[in-house]
Amino acid sequence: MEGGFGSDFGGSGSGKLDPGLIMEQVKVQIAVANAQELLQRMTDKCFRKCIGKPGGSLDNSEQCIAMCMDRYMDAWNTVSRAYNSRLQRERANM
Amino acid sequence: MDSSSSSSAAGLGAVDPQLQHFIEVETQKQRFQQLVHQMTELCWQEKCMDKPGPKLDSRAEACFVNCVERFIDTSQFILNRLEQTQKSKPVFSESLSD
Repeated sequence: MEGGFGSDFGGSGSGKLDPGLIMEQVKVQIAVANAQELLQRMTDKCFRKCIGKPGGSLDNSEQCIAMCMDRYMDAWNTVSRAYNSRLQRERANM
Repeated sequence: MDSSSSSSAAGLGAVDPQLQHFIEVETQKQRFQQLVHQMTELCWQEKCMDKPGPKLDSRAEACFVNCVERFIDTSQFILNRLEQTQKSKPVFSESLSD
């Protein structure tokens, strides 16, 4: 592996790979990727909702964007819960 | 006699079972996360959110829940119907439901 993620995969230069360390690093990178995904979509949606005709500054829109961010997180959590419930129901019916 | 590992789990030869399990679990978690991202975006934009207010009112909340359920229903319907029509006249060269 050429360190494609730019980090030492628990090798410590000793040639031995520690699975525990690898798993921790992978989990971190997955979490980062998810946060980026969330941020990207949130920015897109709130820009659409809050910025009409792009003006010279954000001033008037900042409150809208702040509220939008919170509502997007609420929505995300609601969807996550609903999807989880649905999956559990499906499993119970199998 | 050479006792080579015959584990063809991921075509990698001898894969640490702990890692293998970890990969399976994380992959499944990621599928879940991706769908949550997708459904949130879809339901927000197309269906349930007009103007973001100071909190998520009960109507919007119910809309999101329904949106998730209908999305899953739609997905299942499509898969089932595709499988049925595949049986009568195959569209794709390979079966979808392996």
